[in-house]
Amino acid sequence: MSAATGIARVGRRALPRGSTLSVGIAILAGWLLLALLCPWIAPYDPIAQDADATLLPPHAAHLFGTDNFGRDLLSRVLWGARVDLQMCVVGVAFPFVFGTVIGAVSGYVGGVLDTLLMRLIDIVLAFPFLVLMLAIITILGPGLGSFYIAMALVGWVSYARLVRAQVLTLKQRGFVVAARSLGYRRGRILFLHLLPNALTSSIVFAMSDCVLVLLSGASVSYLGLGVQPPTAEWGVMVAEGQGFITTAWWITTFPGFAIVVLATGFSFVADGLGDRLGARP
Amino acid sequence: MHRYLFVLWRPVQLLPVLFGISVLVFAMMRAIPGDPARMLLGVRSTPEAIARIRAQFGLDEPLWLQYVYFVRNLMHGEMGKSIIYRVDTLKLVDARLPPTVLLVAGSVLLAVMIALPLATGAARHRGRVLDHLIRLVSTIGLGLPAFWLAIMVILLFSVSLGWFPVSGYGSDWLERLHHLFLPCLTVALALSAVLTRNLRASLLTELQSDYVTAARARGASENRIFWRHVMPNSLIPTINLLAVNIGWLIGGSVVIETVFAIPGLGQLLVKAIVSRDYMVVQGVVLVFALATVAVNLLADLLTVALDPRVKP
Repeated sequence: MSAATGIARVGRRALPRGSTLSVGIAILAGWLLLALLCPWIAPYDPIAQDADATLLPPHAAHLFGTDNFGRDLLSRVLWGARVDLQMCVVGVAFPFVFGTVIGAVSGYVGGVLDTLLMRLIDIVLAFPFLVLMLAIITILGPGLGSFYIAMALVGWVSYARLVRAQVLTLKQRGFVVAARSLGYRRGRILFLHLLPNALTSSIVFAMSDCVLVLLSGASVSYLGLGVQPPTAEWGVMVAEGQGFITTAWWITTFPGFAIVVLATGFSFVADGLGDRLGARP
Repeated sequence: MHRYLFVLWRPVQLLPVLFGISVLVFAMMRAIPGDPARMLLGVRSTPEAIARIRAQFGLDEPLWLQYVYFVRNLMHGEMGKSIIYRVDTLKLVDARLPPTVLLVAGSVLLAVMIALPLATGAARHRGRVLDHLIRLVSTIGLGLPAFWLAIMVILLFSVSLGWFPVSGYGSDWLERLHHLFLPCLTVALALSAVLTRNLRASLLTELQSDYVTAARARGASENRIFWRHVMPNSLIPTINLLAVNIGWLIGGSVVIETVFAIPGLGQLLVKAIVSRDYMVVQGVVLVFALATVAVNLLADLLTVALDPRVKP
C-alpha cells in the first residue's frame, strides 16, 4: 500500500448498484468522443489569439468566455481533453506493464530476487509520490516526456505489490501444480496460466490510478514542470487563469470542472468494476 | 516478541530503507548530466570555489567514496550550499519547516473533523439517501485537483466574502492561523474524501463483528455500541490510513504552498527546481522522505500501543 495509492485505493459504490459502472463508462466515452471530434466541434482554434476579444465573460459567441489572449476557452477545454486523456492512458500504461511483470516474476521466482525487489519497493514508497516525481523531472528537465518517465519510475511499485501478492496465493492452487506436473516451462506457467488470473485486481486498481495520474499530471503542469504553454492542458489553463481570478473567474473554473468530471468518471468505473469483479485492491 | 521490544526493534528494521533513501538521493544528483561542481556552484564560479567543492564532496574520488563523503557531510549537518540563497541547505530547511508542519497538521485535524460526522452518518444510515449522497460527494471529492480547489476556495472566501487573506503567511501566531486556514481547508477537503470512504467501510465491517452481536444480546443500546465499541475499533485503521497518506499530504502541501505563497518547504522545493538549485532540491527531497518514514514509524508504534490485538 503506497502513499500514492492510499488515496485511490478505497473502493465503495457511490451510486446504486449497477449504475456506477454505466455512469462511469458514459462519462469516459463522452470525453473520448469530444477529444476525438474536437477538430470539428471546437468553435475556435485553441491557440489562436484575438486581441479584440480578451477576457470576455461567457456568452453566446464564447460559451466558456475567453482568456487574456482572447483565446476561446470552450475550444481550449475540448482540445485539452486530448492531452489529459493521453496523459492518463500513457501515464498508467507504463507503470501497469512494468509493475505487473516485475511483481509477477518477483512473486513466482521468490528467493533473493524477491527480497531485493521488495526492499527496493519499500525505498521508493518512503518518498512522497509527487516529491519523487518532481525530483526526477528536475533531472530530466520539464516536459510531458519527463512526466511519463517519472510516472513509470515511481508508479510501478503499486502494481508490483498487488500482482506479487496475487501470484503468491495463486501459485499454491491446483491449476498451477497441474501445469507444473505437465512439465510446462516456468515462463509459460507464469505468463499464460498465473498472470491472467492475477490481473483482475490490478486492472481495477489501474482505473483508480487514472485519477491519481490525471491529478498528478495536471498538478505538475500547473507548477510549470509538465505540459508547456501554449498547449491547451487543463492544469496549465488553471495556472494561466490564476492571475485573473478577481476579474475573470471563468478562465480557471471551467478547466478545473473538466478535471473533476473526468476524474469522477474514472472513480465510478473503478468502483463499478471492483463490485462487478469482486476485486477490491 | 514482547510488545515493548517492538519499540526498539522497529527502527532497526528501517535501517535498510534509510540506507536506500540516502543512496537514491545521492544518485539523483549524480544523474544530472554535466560537471557536478560547476552545477552546484552555478555558471559564474571561480576555480578556487570549484576546487573547494571538489575536495568537500570528493568529486575526484571513486563513486562509493563520494557516497561516503556525502553521508559524512550529512552527519556534520552539511547538505551543501544553495546557489541562490548562499547558505547551507539545512539552514533553509530549518527556517521553512514550521509552516509546512502547521499546514499538514492543520489539514489532518480539519479532515478528521469533516470525515468523522460524514462517515458516521453514512454508516448509521446505510443504503438510505444520506448514505448515497455522502458516498457520491466523497467519490467526486477523490477527483478534486488541490490547486484548482484552492483557487475556488480563494474565490469564495477571500475575493467574494473577504473573510480570509488571499495568500501569504503573516508575522504573529494569530495572523498565521488566519492565513493558514484556507490552505488547510483545501487539503482537508481533498483528504476527507478518502477518510470518509475508508472510515465508513471500516465502521460497516466492525458493525458486523461478533462483539456487536454480543453487546446487542446483553441489551446495550445502539448508541452505546456504536460510540463505545465500534468507533474506537474503526479509528485504529484510520491512523494507519493517515500515515499511508502522509506522502500524498506532503505532495499536496507542495502544490498548496505554491498556490497560497506560503514560505514552507514545498514552495522552497518548487522554486529550487525552477532555478536549478540542485543542492536545495536534494535537501528538501531527503527531508520529506525522512519525515514520511518517521510518521509511518509513529503510526506503527501507535497502533501497537492502542490495539492489544495487533501482534507486533
